[in-house]
Amino acid sequence: MIASSKSESDTTTLDAMTPVPFTITKRTQDLADTFTIELEPENRSEGFVFQPGQFNMLYAFGVGEVPISISGDPAKPHKLIHTIRDVGAVTHAISNLKKGNMLGVRGPFGSAWPVEEAIGHDVVIVAGGIGLAPLRPAIDAILANRTQYGRFVILYGARSPSDVLYMKQLQTWRGRLDTYVDVTVDHAGHDWAGNVGVVTRLIGRANFDPHHTKVLICGPEIMMRFTIQELTAQSVDKDDIYVSMERNMKCAIGHCGHCQFGGHFVCKDGPVFPYGRIESLLQVRGL
Amino acid sequence: MNTKNTQQNAAIVIGAAQLDDLVKVLRKDGYATIAPTTRDGSIVLEEISSAAQLPLGLVDDQQPGAYRLSKAKKPAYFDFTHGAQSWKQFLFPAKEKLWSAHKTAEGFQVEASIDAPKYAFIGVRACELAAIRIQDKVFVEGEHVSNGYAQRRKQALIVAVNCRRAGGTCFCTSMDTGPKVKDGYDLALSELTRKGVHEFLLEAGSASGQTILKRLTGRPAAAADFKAAQKASDKAAQSMGREMPKGAAKTLANHLQHPRWQDIAKRCLDCANCTLVCPTCFCSTTSDSTSLDGQNAERWRTWDSCFTLDFSYIHGGAIRRDGAERYRQWMTHKLTHWHDQFGVSGCVGCGRCITWCPVGIDITAEVRAIAKDK
Repeated sequence: MIASSKSESDTTTLDAMTPVPFTITKRTQDLADTFTIELEPENRSEGFVFQPGQFNMLYAFGVGEVPISISGDPAKPHKLIHTIRDVGAVTHAISNLKKGNMLGVRGPFGSAWPVEEAIGHDVVIVAGGIGLAPLRPAIDAILANRTQYGRFVILYGARSPSDVLYMKQLQTWRGRLDTYVDVTVDHAGHDWAGNVGVVTRLIGRANFDPHHTKVLICGPEIMMRFTIQELTAQSVDKDDIYVSMERNMKCAIGHCGHCQFGGHFVCKDGPVFPYGRIESLLQVRGL
Repeated sequence: MNTKNTQQNAAIVIGAAQLDDLVKVLRKDGYATIAPTTRDGSIVLEEISSAAQLPLGLVDDQQPGAYRLSKAKKPAYFDFTHGAQSWKQFLFPAKEKLWSAHKTAEGFQVEASIDAPKYAFIGVRACELAAIRIQDKVFVEGEHVSNGYAQRRKQALIVAVNCRRAGGTCFCTSMDTGPKVKDGYDLALSELTRKGVHEFLLEAGSASGQTILKRLTGRPAAAADFKAAQKASDKAAQSMGREMPKGAAKTLANHLQHPRWQDIAKRCLDCANCTLVCPTCFCSTTSDSTSLDGQNAERWRTWDSCFTLDFSYIHGGAIRRDGAERYRQWMTHKLTHWHDQFGVSGCVGCGRCITWCPVGIDITAEVRAIAKDK
């Protein structure tokens, strides 16, 4: 089977373990170590259809494969967008790819943010660092249907002002009169007019209705833990809190066993979990 | 192929010397006939071309951390139980090429790869058959299918054998997987040694099994033959010296922070033997290799083990940093989380993890120790 020359119907019957080569159409450097690539899904008239929160396995020729969340707008499936932090061998190899180069793609995999279920509720997005990337498709989807939701809150924490991802977009969202955006950094110089401190401190003043809210959280596990603590203190129900988990993944289809988290496979039962489902597991170190 | 037979199984009795006819018939049909044989003082599974290569007259002595083969009193073919290897290594090989890719003017192309020999497995124990059916749930019956496994499995013909003897570390009766095969086989052998007469009761469990049976010469099976086979199997069940405590799944789920995990970690060498000999453990990793000129790349899937640090590595470090966490992962996955994931226990009671543990950690004893603290 030659994956790249397959027609549309054939691509779906391909082994889920075989990557399909996509061409990079654009590459932008977001931060010192973070970049965004746009890929063109070839031979797919409907584009690359996905749900906010899902991820792909990206393959750099001859180097290897990594799970990366999709960070583009789900309403624009003709552009597949990934924001990636250059931290390991594979992400570094992807970082070196240029416009016109090819990248192998398998996916989309995993569960989605509860964008539909959140209709009629306030929505609070809490993101830390690159955790904003997997949440951007949810933000796009909510803004596309803005009137269907109540108060819309985006809380974002980064290490320093130069680590703030999607700065321009955050400013655009912040400029909207229907969206509340609050950003904080762990440390900053005198040229920073915003908050300094942890993201959990932004929750109390965000003024959402804790009993009619869906909260979507993505960031380091420690940040998610403290955010949940704060939300629970504000009496948000644990089943209204959704988190995106990160685990080692090799196959993304529940076969390799690496991403197990208690009885869950993060690749197919997650990465997005209602907090109530994994609450007891998050209390135990090293699961 | 392994369609459940609800009718009375077709059955004949063949002389021990006719066992070779079965091997011949299968080979004529193009099967690679895999069976137990001996190598380096142990039972191994290899391709055989004649029944003469089967380990006649041997029994095994298996204890925690110990395995010895010795001469049996009766010259039977299948009175040993099993060695370290299981049929997993054929259906889910330790190393498998998933695909290869090569550079093109536009970028690269990927070509999927499947290596699916047509196997006939001779001498599959009840616990091992249960293990195969558990791996079916993982690789074939879920949302995604492993193409290589599915093809090898679909083509495989299973000649099961009913145990007449329990191994020293066996506990299949308590896992409800043996010692007698129930279904899912094509043919089932029951070895009969009566008054110096060495025979096999051969039962068909599927249409393909029935076809093969018809090509063999034997006498019709009589009630006495079935009775003798059942008696031998009952004897194996009764002589089993181990059992998995009831409610193991719940016991472990309720004790994720039990001090026993630290105690096990003091003994456990993190060697991963238990995961490699386990007939149901399915964890794997992938590795990519490139040709020296950088034009061709391959992806290989290899067995992996939750006992390595690397297994849970994500950016920032491994999730399961100490041995207690890794042992807990293995044991809770096997006995507890497998139920959540696949609706069955991941343990079939074969006892391999006990025998091949270099320090003799006994999974049943560990469950019992944890269960003490309700």
